[in-house]
Amino acid sequence: MFREYDVIVVGAGHAGCEAAHAAAQMGSKVLLLTMDMTKIGQMSCNPAMGGVAKGQIVREIDALGGMSGIISDITMIQFRMLNRSKGAAMWSPRCQSDRMRFSEEWRLVLERNPNVDFWQEMVESLLFEGNKIVGIKTQMGIEIKGKSVVLTSGTFMGGLIHIGEKQFGGGRVGEKASYGITEQLVKVGFEAGRMKTGTPPRIDGRTIDYSKTEEQPGEENPEKFSYSNTPHLTTQKSCWITYTNPEVHELLKTGFEKSPMFAGRIKGLGPRYCPSIEDKVTRFAERDRHQIFIEPEGWNTVEIYVNGFSTSLPEDVQYKALQKIEGFENAKMFRPGYAIEYDYFPPTQLKMTLETKIIDNLYFAGQINGTTGYEEAACQGLMAGINAHLKVHEKPEFILSRADAYIGVLIDDLINKGTEEPYRMFTSRAEYRILLRQDNADLRLTEMAYHIGLADSIRYQNVIEKKRKIEEMERVLPQMKASPDELNEGLKSLESAEIREKIQIQALIKRPEIVFDNLKTIFKPLETLVEQFGEEISRQVEINIKYETYIEKERQMVRKMHELEDFRIPDNFDYERVNALSAEGRQKMRKIKPITIGQASRISGVSPSDISILLVYLGR
Amino acid sequence: MILYTQKNDTIVALSTPVGVSAIAVIRLSGEDCIEIVQRIWQGKNLQQQAGNMALFGKIINQKKEIIDEVVLTLFKAPKSFTKQNVIEISCHGSAYVVQEILTLCLQNGARLAEAGEFTQRAYLNGQFDLAQAEAIADLIHADSKASHQLAISQMRGGFSNKIKELREDLIKLAALLELELDFSEEDVEFAHRGELLTQVTDLQAVIIKMANSFQLGNVMKNGFSVAIMGKPNAGKSTLLNTILEEDRAIVSNIAGTTRDTIEESKIINGIKFRFIDTAGLRETEDTIEKIGIERTRKKIKETQFILYLFDTETMNIEEVLAEEINEIQPYQIPYCLIGNKIDLITETQLATLKQLENFIGLSVRQPQTIKDLEDFLANYIEHISSNESQIIVNNTRHQQCLLEAANALQVVQNAIKDRLATEMIASDLRQAIYHLGSIVGEVTNNDLLDFIFSKFCIGK
Repeated sequence: MFREYDVIVVGAGHAGCEAAHAAAQMGSKVLLLTMDMTKIGQMSCNPAMGGVAKGQIVREIDALGGMSGIISDITMIQFRMLNRSKGAAMWSPRCQSDRMRFSEEWRLVLERNPNVDFWQEMVESLLFEGNKIVGIKTQMGIEIKGKSVVLTSGTFMGGLIHIGEKQFGGGRVGEKASYGITEQLVKVGFEAGRMKTGTPPRIDGRTIDYSKTEEQPGEENPEKFSYSNTPHLTTQKSCWITYTNPEVHELLKTGFEKSPMFAGRIKGLGPRYCPSIEDKVTRFAERDRHQIFIEPEGWNTVEIYVNGFSTSLPEDVQYKALQKIEGFENAKMFRPGYAIEYDYFPPTQLKMTLETKIIDNLYFAGQINGTTGYEEAACQGLMAGINAHLKVHEKPEFILSRADAYIGVLIDDLINKGTEEPYRMFTSRAEYRILLRQDNADLRLTEMAYHIGLADSIRYQNVIEKKRKIEEMERVLPQMKASPDELNEGLKSLESAEIREKIQIQALIKRPEIVFDNLKTIFKPLETLVEQFGEEISRQVEINIKYETYIEKERQMVRKMHELEDFRIPDNFDYERVNALSAEGRQKMRKIKPITIGQASRISGVSPSDISILLVYLGR
Repeated sequence: MILYTQKNDTIVALSTPVGVSAIAVIRLSGEDCIEIVQRIWQGKNLQQQAGNMALFGKIINQKKEIIDEVVLTLFKAPKSFTKQNVIEISCHGSAYVVQEILTLCLQNGARLAEAGEFTQRAYLNGQFDLAQAEAIADLIHADSKASHQLAISQMRGGFSNKIKELREDLIKLAALLELELDFSEEDVEFAHRGELLTQVTDLQAVIIKMANSFQLGNVMKNGFSVAIMGKPNAGKSTLLNTILEEDRAIVSNIAGTTRDTIEESKIINGIKFRFIDTAGLRETEDTIEKIGIERTRKKIKETQFILYLFDTETMNIEEVLAEEINEIQPYQIPYCLIGNKIDLITETQLATLKQLENFIGLSVRQPQTIKDLEDFLANYIEHISSNESQIIVNNTRHQQCLLEAANALQVVQNAIKDRLATEMIASDLRQAIYHLGSIVGEVTNNDLLDFIFSKFCIGK
């Protein structure tokens, strides 16, 4: 019934979909297995994509030829550029999505791809030959051959849902959990663990009194994620903000004794940056209110996502507490919030390609690696899909460094440091934050993706053209000068210091209070130039001027890092031979098997003296 | 993380044991070491010399002042221990000289060698076979462990607590900025720029204070300041001139001739002393002299040692001295009593005086007494430095880190004042954290996130 596939993708969430799409796009024959074909690309938690650091990841996925950006653009109902009050290097795109449309678009995208086959069933076990994976076996006992397998199990493996004192197996509420694979992997030597996450209740938008809440509309001139020609939003839906209050907190406390968290029934570690409302009330008892975002789930549904109210308290307590929130007095619940525990495999067991170290051609992506977030999952799926394809076609692996992309930071962190709680990306995790911007992901990545056969030639040509134009504008701009007579009145109006002699326009851009946008209003030739080159090109030129010293500083740091990065450690290096290594350093390096000295230096527990000892050993 | 990979850059370190010795050897290795030393060298042009040469010459600073007369041994690549260009400077083994030469090397482009780095280079460049590698590795390990111990042990008194506080302050500061960048959508209050500026400024002050608090380091950098005090006409200016071997101060037998402080340096036994000739302290109606005396008092408070000069011919010498000691004790600065003009008193009188604590007899007509005084001062410094001799080189490293961190914090302050974007300020702060890392312990992203999550209610 089935051919032998190049890549079998187990799970059709954000990781699985990107993996299947990337491998298929590059030419692999792909089978996508999911327990429920109506749940492809499901947004299990909040109906939103992007955000600080996450938005950068979506842009990177897009620049590489992944689909999350395009699908977000097509299905968004609201767009905002976060961190606009910061410098351009920190801007982060975020959108509210139509949950159902998002899922539908993913399915359509995959269905359009002739290299993707589907099969709707649960996978029960993996098929090994020696230490290599050769396929999977379904619940019905069907064996399907595959040269590689990408496992993207999300919260489904050993999924256990908690609502108050109730607990039941499930991958999401109303969906079955899967069992068997974890046990099988542990048997062949994998280390497994449990993690926890949670989701808030969904309520009926018709029962909210919006007049008691604050409106949070979308941005006036919405931007988008994809560098391709996806449409801009023309109309948007608003979100709304309300707050909890002491009465809500008191009510919540009545359910604490039945809380699976406080009673210790939940063993897995949840993310600290995404605490449940009961956690917030306990840990930050001094606060008499917490912010609640009222997020619509789509264009045509009345369902509302109550962001900020994640909880696993008994459903009646949730219901009563919700009704004490301003605007929610008559709220009806569609479904309660819940907590879910699931199996994950500490990601230190992976190679940089996301292939497991123990089983060849088996790749892990998404929550199975201890991460959280659609964006984090999607980018891992993309990288796993790319590398599975490359491996079965005997091509060199594709790895992004910490200086290339947030994706590189994420995978490097996972593999070398592991994670104790669900890993979410923050900009603070990146050393080269000013280089890794949302506005230049295409300049950073698209050429690479084109050369491995993922990004198409249109994207490639666009980037080449963009680079050419940036260079051209950077050649022209320095020649633009202005005299005090032409500028001083305008500068005064911008509350910027007056000039004494003729000055290069680009010198003014270095002033914190000056940007192209306001400078062009007082100096027409600049307006003409910006119009000539367009917003996108001008932005790059502006950033390059404004951040010049910072960009240069980070580039220097990157060069230093690469020197260590080029220093390779032999594949089967015997750390036992090196007595002088610290016990912890030796143990960690034996486990993680770093490829380069640079990687070794980032492993927690490996000291600088361990590194210098390795350098001595590997000297020549 | 220390980067070891620029294997051709020039490293420098003291190769002989730290502490006072007759001769000390400072070694440099790296492509540019000849060029670097040439800049601080007065003697034959090093670039034009063949390898394996010993050369006599002087080490000079930017102001062309002579630091020491040295013998320099030049090895040219690949005929050297490390197979790179190597220079060994044999200088006098005083803490000051060593420190000054190291500093000059650093200022001219060398960097301090890490523990075992010369040996490492020797190995990497094929000087040893693999069998020896283990031994070397052990050495590196032992060294870095020891240096860590040193780092801790040298933080005298309350310093280790200070370090801990410093680290926490640093984390807090960086976390506040990261909070703004990563959690701008959260319902939390962000640090006010003014408060941030105050915190950075305070932190910088602490760091500078720490950098300066290495007493020896300070002595080396600025010289050891010695105030010459005494009643008017006790011969203070004469003493200064004699020590300096030149007529720096105007001398007369009119009391109050020196109206302002005069400061001059002299290197004795390789240690730089700053002698400060003070206006004689006496009640006076002369306005100008009054101002001089006021300045003198201020100046004395800043010195590290007092030479109290008195005329041994004075009548009722014991009483007078007791009075004078009362006058200098409030300064709480170590002192010694210099009995001047001992050539004019009897042996018996001198013997009585010699029973005084911290007494040194002096006569400008007896050169040996001047020499005795100088020896006394040199010994005094060596006594201080020997108590801390284990930390000299490490001190430099730490002091350098501290000073660079302080500079980076200055950049942060400027960035805040210039209202630069948060990510720029954060980037500058990362530099400061990098420099302090080796002293206060590495600050990781996780430290920052831990702080944020413990202090702020984050998350929807």
